[in-house]
Amino acid sequence: MTEGDDAAEATEASPNPVHLDLLDRLERALPGAVVEHGTACGELVVRVTNASWGPLAEVARGDLECDYLSFVSAIDWAPTPRDGGEDAGGDTSAPVQPTDMTFGVAGSAGRFQVFARVQSTARGWGATFKVDVDEATPLVASWVGVYPGADWHERETWEMFGVRFDGHPNLRQLYLPAGFEGHPLRKDFPLLARVVKPWPGLVDVEAMPEEAAAVTAGGDGAGDGAGGGE
Amino acid sequence: MNAVALTTLGIEIGWGAALAIKTLVILLIIPAGALILGYVFLLKMMSHMQSRLGPMDPGGFHGWFQLIGDGLKFVQKEDLMPDGADRKVFAGAPAVVLISTFLVFLVIPMGPDLVVKDLDIGVFYALAVSSLSVIGILMAGWSSANKYALLGGLRAAGQLIAYELPLLLAVIGVVIQAGTMSLNGIVVAQQQQSIFGIDWIGNPYILTQFVGFLIFLIAAQAELTQTPFDMPVAESELVGGYHVEYTGFRFLFFFMGEYGTAFAFSAIAATLFLGGYALPWVEGDLANWIGPLVLFAKLMLVAFLMFWARFTFPRLREDQLQAFAWKFLIPLGLANLLVTALFKVAF
Amino acid sequence: MSTTEMPSAPDFELERSAMRHLADAQMNVELDTGDMILNLGPQHPATHGTLRLVVRLDGERVIAADPVIGYMHRGYEKLTEFRTYPQITTLINRIDWLSSFANEVPFVHAAEQLMGIEAPARAQYIRTILTELSRIATFVLFLGEMGLQVGALTPAFYGFRDREHVLNLIEGATGGRFHPNFNRIGGLKDDLPWGWVSETRQVMQLVLDSCDQFEDLVVGNEIFLSRTRGIGIIPGDIGTAYGVSGSNLRASGVDWDLRRDGVPYLAYPDLDFKVWTHSAGDSFARYWVRLQETRESVRMVLQLLDGLPAGPVMAKVPRIIKVPEGEAWVETENPLGQMGYYVVSKGATGPFRVKIRSASFSNVSILPWLLRGVYVPDVVTILASLYFILGDIDR
Repeated sequence: MTEGDDAAEATEASPNPVHLDLLDRLERALPGAVVEHGTACGELVVRVTNASWGPLAEVARGDLECDYLSFVSAIDWAPTPRDGGEDAGGDTSAPVQPTDMTFGVAGSAGRFQVFARVQSTARGWGATFKVDVDEATPLVASWVGVYPGADWHERETWEMFGVRFDGHPNLRQLYLPAGFEGHPLRKDFPLLARVVKPWPGLVDVEAMPEEAAAVTAGGDGAGDGAGGGE
Repeated sequence: MNAVALTTLGIEIGWGAALAIKTLVILLIIPAGALILGYVFLLKMMSHMQSRLGPMDPGGFHGWFQLIGDGLKFVQKEDLMPDGADRKVFAGAPAVVLISTFLVFLVIPMGPDLVVKDLDIGVFYALAVSSLSVIGILMAGWSSANKYALLGGLRAAGQLIAYELPLLLAVIGVVIQAGTMSLNGIVVAQQQQSIFGIDWIGNPYILTQFVGFLIFLIAAQAELTQTPFDMPVAESELVGGYHVEYTGFRFLFFFMGEYGTAFAFSAIAATLFLGGYALPWVEGDLANWIGPLVLFAKLMLVAFLMFWARFTFPRLREDQLQAFAWKFLIPLGLANLLVTALFKVAF
Repeated sequence: MSTTEMPSAPDFELERSAMRHLADAQMNVELDTGDMILNLGPQHPATHGTLRLVVRLDGERVIAADPVIGYMHRGYEKLTEFRTYPQITTLINRIDWLSSFANEVPFVHAAEQLMGIEAPARAQYIRTILTELSRIATFVLFLGEMGLQVGALTPAFYGFRDREHVLNLIEGATGGRFHPNFNRIGGLKDDLPWGWVSETRQVMQLVLDSCDQFEDLVVGNEIFLSRTRGIGIIPGDIGTAYGVSGSNLRASGVDWDLRRDGVPYLAYPDLDFKVWTHSAGDSFARYWVRLQETRESVRMVLQLLDGLPAGPVMAKVPRIIKVPEGEAWVETENPLGQMGYYVVSKGATGPFRVKIRSASFSNVSILPWLLRGVYVPDVVTILASLYFILGDIDR
């Protein structure tokens, strides 16, 4: 949302004293790590440099007192492709997203961003950290050493987005069968169900029995609007 | 029925016919007993205790058809055998379990003359053959080529061996008091003895051997692999344990073995501690006629206790079970034995 | 400390030769018994569905346990990118299917925050009531289910029986026993039906009675205590580092409940309730905490019924819901633990990305650490006491 290079602007952007305190502690422990910060509906979002992601875990657990790891995941900022198969003429049921690449709170340098959320059970605060990863060789430090719970989250992120975690002891498939090709949550990975068949709720491809004969005789393919829609 | 009993009706039969009749009776008692226990306790009592609706529904009145339906279901099921199974052993295991149950009934008296074979060492014989079933269970666990079955079989072996001892100690107390090992003799002793001179109900050993009765019940529960000692089966961990690979008729054999053995152990407990077939003031031919009914009533009472515990308690862990047997039951049994022996010598 | 080095598909051939080698080496030292690899699941009664645990056993002692998940992965995070906001509540109903209503709340809340809408007070109250009813339904089942896993059959039936009363209530209000899909962005589909409030009061009394019954039947049982006390201890700091949340974490002495400590949501700020904790961190503590929380939820529902405000249940919402650009993180205290949605919107009718943070996923990720060195029967009680739903793990 806003540039947060110096403290003065940060004050303006996030008047929440807890956020200021957290940013202050972060700046003291890891000088120059914060690239940008903002708020997502009142929650602090901090974007850090790729190099400081590894040490950030220790700082978060120590200096920020965030003992609780909520999740680690990633975002692919690439625009949603209009898929749905060539024959279907584009899947019209899926929500129309902007076609240009825009970034969310605290910005991003490129397509892939890893984000994680840590919280403090004692103090009640929490923060979401984002880090840019390179599109060609997505790599970021692993948090497993500090937050052992990051193990599964990072495995999931790796298999879904292809982001590798440096120092993860055991980066293998979590959900998908071993040897699965592709990274399903990347935007360019098609939702195969939609490719095979357009959303049936919208494009009712099945004609009513009495009309089926007429459609076959007419040879007009699947009737659009034929049959009882909703 | 026993040849002697038939003689009282004025019918003379040869030993061959008598043997045939005895065999038939024994062969009928076990399935009948298993069915009765299964029906009364497994289906009706449990359904009431657990607010179950299903088993109370089929056939209308109290779900009387449920057991028949279950039986039909078992018979219809496909007889599966795992690929890796040791086929002969796998097929033989249920029979071994069932045979051990049948053999127990040879010595249980149902009336003064209604006993297949009144062995002098009846008690020993009953306990010995009842523990043969562990061989069948081990066979089943080993031959199934299934890790759960193997774990279950091994657990069963460890458990049954551990609980033979308290079972025996509990029984020895009774044997000391009765002065005989014949089951019939024990019944007669209970009818004729007195407790400190009070003799109007005889001396059912549950009164003087109450500790022994408790030990016997607990150990029998373990022998029967019923909750809280059902680790060999352990549905929630071993998904059925040693009989996990058995289906249809073969499983029915195990099922009948389980309930038949429960029936047998209830009968032994009723005989040893509750006076068996005998009622006070009932003697002679009348005892032969109502004896089976009396024994049945008493064994149902014991079985009720067993199944009540079964449907109430959680399951112990294997090591806790062993600790319970070796550190508590066996010392208690020994102490009970000592006290019994002292009383026997003193009075 | 965090992971096992075991492959997901155990190589039995390699295993055998390695063992033979080991046996040769130790032949004169001791009798080597070797390990056995046991597959608990994917179809196993203790795993509530399709969790698979590859357990390496020495006798009955677990040397290493490796949970294999994904048998029920439905790809909800991907699917949400192809659905509109109102359609998504149907999907997320199926994450934790025992407390479906509670799943909807944080997502709808996130969308409302991004749109700047606030549901009317009555809707907030009804949402809170239904969330707590979901919690009661989930926990009552747990209270019985745990008995079943420890080997007592009877409590399980009581659990199902008593849950049915609560499910009837949820069905009465929403029309669905399991998947209400009752939340709308900006409020609720409908108001409560006539007579529902008094009915609820009666059922709450039933639930309190059944809690007493569970206390007698299960907590009061020596065998249950000996099976659960000191088994599966999660220290508080380990639990938080693994992201274990909800009752599991409170049973480890961490006094953290998002209903009280998180960003205020629903009607919880208006309620007077106690957050129960237990210092032991073992299986018994988890059972005990859930038992107390069931009672606490009953008290909360009764308070909510007393304070139920009048008014509409739906705010003014545009006919076609378009959520402005932005990001929102909303977390709630669900029956199984912290449930959160990180919603990224680009101003369309559907979200750009939704990260679903489900409780069971993190709760189960501690298993490799927790199961090391326990016995097979304890594996079952630990799994039962962690109380996970497969849909909540795999999403």
